[in-house]
Amino acid sequence: MLNKIIFIIFQILGIYTITFMLLHFIPGDPIQVMLGDSASIADQDKLRSHLGLDKPILNQLTSSLFKIVQGDFGTSIIGQTPVLNSLVIAAKNTYLLAITSLLIALIFGLAGGIIAAKNHMLLIDKIIMSASIFFISIPHFFLGPLLIIIFSIWLGWLPVNGMDGLHAIILPAITLALGMIAVITKLTRNCMLELIESDVVRTARAKGLNEWAVLIQHTFRLVLIPIISIIGMQFGSLLSGAVITETIFSWNGLGMLLVESIQTRDYPITQACIFIIAISYILINMITDLIYRFVDPRVKVEKFA
Amino acid sequence: MGFIISYLLNLDSNFMKLDEILSRPSLDAFFGRDDYGRSILVRLIEGFKNSTEIIIVVSIISCTFGVLIGTISGYLGGKFDRAVSFVINLFMSFPGILLAIAFAAMLSPGKYNLILALSIGGWVGYARLSRGQTLLVKNYDFVKASRAMGASGWWVIGRHILPSLTTPLLVEATYALAGLIIAEASLSFLGLGLQAPEASWGGMMRDSVRYLLVSPHYAIFVGISIMSIVYCINSTGDYLHRYWNIKSDQNASS
Repeated sequence: MLNKIIFIIFQILGIYTITFMLLHFIPGDPIQVMLGDSASIADQDKLRSHLGLDKPILNQLTSSLFKIVQGDFGTSIIGQTPVLNSLVIAAKNTYLLAITSLLIALIFGLAGGIIAAKNHMLLIDKIIMSASIFFISIPHFFLGPLLIIIFSIWLGWLPVNGMDGLHAIILPAITLALGMIAVITKLTRNCMLELIESDVVRTARAKGLNEWAVLIQHTFRLVLIPIISIIGMQFGSLLSGAVITETIFSWNGLGMLLVESIQTRDYPITQACIFIIAISYILINMITDLIYRFVDPRVKVEKFA
Repeated sequence: MGFIISYLLNLDSNFMKLDEILSRPSLDAFFGRDDYGRSILVRLIEGFKNSTEIIIVVSIISCTFGVLIGTISGYLGGKFDRAVSFVINLFMSFPGILLAIAFAAMLSPGKYNLILALSIGGWVGYARLSRGQTLLVKNYDFVKASRAMGASGWWVIGRHILPSLTTPLLVEATYALAGLIIAEASLSFLGLGLQAPEASWGGMMRDSVRYLLVSPHYAIFVGISIMSIVYCINSTGDYLHRYWNIKSDQNASS
């Protein structure tokens, strides 16, 4: 357990190094990349000392690290405001979107998977499975505009983009969720099919329980276990999909912040965004890993054996 | 079936001469015209040519680099392997295309930088796969026998390990290919990849989003094209996976 924590700390340090060394990995002078070739020497020197790039590298890394631990991610070059402020607002919005998508995906995915498994080989099952494969192949940057065309332009039900009002979250959340729904449905269906054949269900039926109890109370809980283990990875694709989706829907989250900062060459924000996204990813993975260990009854038995 | 469609499209792009005319958007050409009056179909085909070029180069680079590191690391074991595993894990902590976006952001946009960025994001998948396979095969009896007979490390890697890699590698490469198409399109969509006026599916997607209200056909055709290619490649991958009955990735811990 302690080993794991130490490992994660090293991982975080590694991510930090990669993220904040990005500017240095590229060939050429980072300052020139930021300002372009036509900037005057005086401007270049000013930016250089502002960003602390004139100090030796190890110095830069350690001083940045200390500042980050205190919450100082530097100052935005364009806005002259602390990066932390924009970061916090953006992070809240992105997590809001992510959690909403996750909930939608779980509800529809689990339901879809159970329905498909229950009606194995019937028409409904085939429809659901084909739809799954279909939705996995749709890239976010197409699904988003497609949903906009259908629901905002043709039907006028939902706003095109932006963040005002409760409806604004629906389209981006669905865009992100659809791919996950497909994955969760496939997994749920396959797991349930396996379980239905297995001893667990036979025991429950032998006990004389009605179909509902068998399906939901016993099988369902077991199916949740592998689902939890893939939520971690799905969250990853959620985060990276959010970059595109937020840009399409003008949702002021980390993704959009990242893209804007890249376009304006505001590198302190870019680095901070990448860092936070990566850290979120591994933290969520760690949490789901812990939950998984708790929930899997086989693991519990091992501990007490 | 996916292969056939891809092959057909490839033939086409080699024959067509690409003329870009300035005229109003309308539904003249097969898929309509874009905001500069260029035929969307023609641009899609040229974009396919560009994307294919990039994807093949990236695949070759990531594959070579990844497999090399993966097999050597798996074979040698010990501290070197632990260090390499750590680096692989590190790269995998960045979800999806985040790493590619990060590098593409730092480098100036363009074709070769795009290739570099995608390769940096891509090699880990191959490395992880080769390392897993290597660890697996390393303990097979025929390998042990070979080494007992005095075969050198390189010989074992070349004659025993690498051939066992080919089938899972091919399947992984297929999925990676689909991912690369989406990645390249996403990067171009964000403005980090191929630049105008070069045709790129991601770039076309981005331009088309601006005209959703006026001419949705632009976005729809581009989107459907991308989707079809990805679907075909994924189906091919699934088929190969089942045909060769690949066991799922067994990450043997050393």
